[in-house]
Amino acid sequence: MTFLSFLISGLSLGSVYAIIALGYTMVYGIAKMLNFAHGDVIMVGAYVCFFATTRGNMPALVGVLLAMVVCTILGVVIERLAYKPLRAATSLAVLITAIGVSYFLQNAALLLWSSNPKVFTSVVGNETIKLFDGRLNISVIAIVTIIICLIIMAALTLFIGKTKMGKAMRACSEDKDAAQLMGIDVNFTISITFAIGSALAAVAGVLLCSAYPTLMPTTGAMPGIKAFTAAVLGGIGSVPGAMVGGILLGIIEIFGKGYISTQLSDAIVFAVLILTLLIKPTGLLGKQINEKV
Amino acid sequence: MTTMLKVEGINVYYGAIHAIKGISLEVNEGEIVTLIGANGAGKSTILKTISGLLRPKTGQIHFMGENITSVAPHKILKKGLAHVPEGRRIFLQMTVQENLDMGAYTCPAGDVKTELERVYDLFPRLLERRNQIAGTLSGGEQQMLAIGRALMSRPKLLMLDEPSMGLAPILVEQIFNIIQEMNKAGTTILLVEQNAQMALSIADRAYVLETGTIPISGTGKELAASDEIRKAYLGG
Repeated sequence: MTFLSFLISGLSLGSVYAIIALGYTMVYGIAKMLNFAHGDVIMVGAYVCFFATTRGNMPALVGVLLAMVVCTILGVVIERLAYKPLRAATSLAVLITAIGVSYFLQNAALLLWSSNPKVFTSVVGNETIKLFDGRLNISVIAIVTIIICLIIMAALTLFIGKTKMGKAMRACSEDKDAAQLMGIDVNFTISITFAIGSALAAVAGVLLCSAYPTLMPTTGAMPGIKAFTAAVLGGIGSVPGAMVGGILLGIIEIFGKGYISTQLSDAIVFAVLILTLLIKPTGLLGKQINEKV
Repeated sequence: MTTMLKVEGINVYYGAIHAIKGISLEVNEGEIVTLIGANGAGKSTILKTISGLLRPKTGQIHFMGENITSVAPHKILKKGLAHVPEGRRIFLQMTVQENLDMGAYTCPAGDVKTELERVYDLFPRLLERRNQIAGTLSGGEQQMLAIGRALMSRPKLLMLDEPSMGLAPILVEQIFNIIQEMNKAGTTILLVEQNAQMALSIADRAYVLETGTIPISGTGKELAASDEIRKAYLGG
């Protein structure tokens, strides 16, 4: 029974990682950069939802939608101001800038909302479902998280595979010059990618804080870096990879916590990152990079 | 005969390297114009500059009477100027059909079907392989896809960069026949080729490019008959 309970917690945490990893991997696929500020967008989303529902007395759903809108704008503005001027710069310059943006967001949050942790109220309440005469307790938020993750995955797969904008995103990620010659506005496409990734980050932030209710300016940092690990595990740049990597990493973390050691669980997660890079740097579903002659 | 494309004294640099040195050329409506010259002379650079992927430091480019020198590439395409780049540059991980969809990115949704039928008529081979991943096509099929993809936007002027590269002679002939067919159907062509003989045989006019400058130009027939050109580019 504990196995089942761990599995459900793992799936739920993995769902959050998967949603965050989708943002990482889509941005990497198209802009060829690691947006290390992505984790902090999660934190901003959670704060927006927190203030909307507590101070603003708005219904939870409105709070989530508001968080998505704010994060979408934030993501697009970050890209325009910080990353777009560096389109032709070295990847190291962009990486350092992304880390800078991450610190900027954390410290801005510190100034605005102080370092005192806020207690986040779950958007779906704290009920649990008791099964097998109370031997298996499943929290509603875990189920809701898994369902929302599945919906996001299905919607995103359809969007990228079937819509004109989704195909344009794939075209840009493969060959930006050729995409421009098709009449695709590459800058606009990159903005849309950041917008989608950031809106997903807001959802992830709300779901994460509903399950783990301590909200601080640094709340997004650790899940962000773990989702990055998930994206690498699945194969950075690959959308199905981010989904698989996220779910797997969540399960690994919870099983590590449950069966091995609570203190070691983070070490186990990052050992996965190191092992992936050592054994299969392209990740589980990553594409082999074929150099064209 | 109206001038469709007018390139005036463009200078293009790659960092410190002065790649294109004050080149001017013109393409008139309905013509096939070819730009020939040795490897590294700057033929592809000129096409990239016309389609907006590169910017000239000085000089101007006019298309259909409009100055397009500093217009973004995706907007230049919308004005009716399509570019089949060197090395085809098709989207290797997308299907044939999806590549053509991308070619029609700027088309109104209602027109896509007509364009698609036209391209599949011209290249029945692509219709057979419509759901295949483009990376698995043969070289000739990839070239057909690259040309077909560019045609989806119904360009007034089509620029082709080395369409014969890496193709078997029979396929080269086929591609050149298609270029002539497209021209007869009303598309003006600017063709960059290493295969000078082939290019001159179908061209109305030609420019010869030599390390960034154009020393010689004339009609296709004149150049094909010129001793100088024969020696330098036609192998005797």
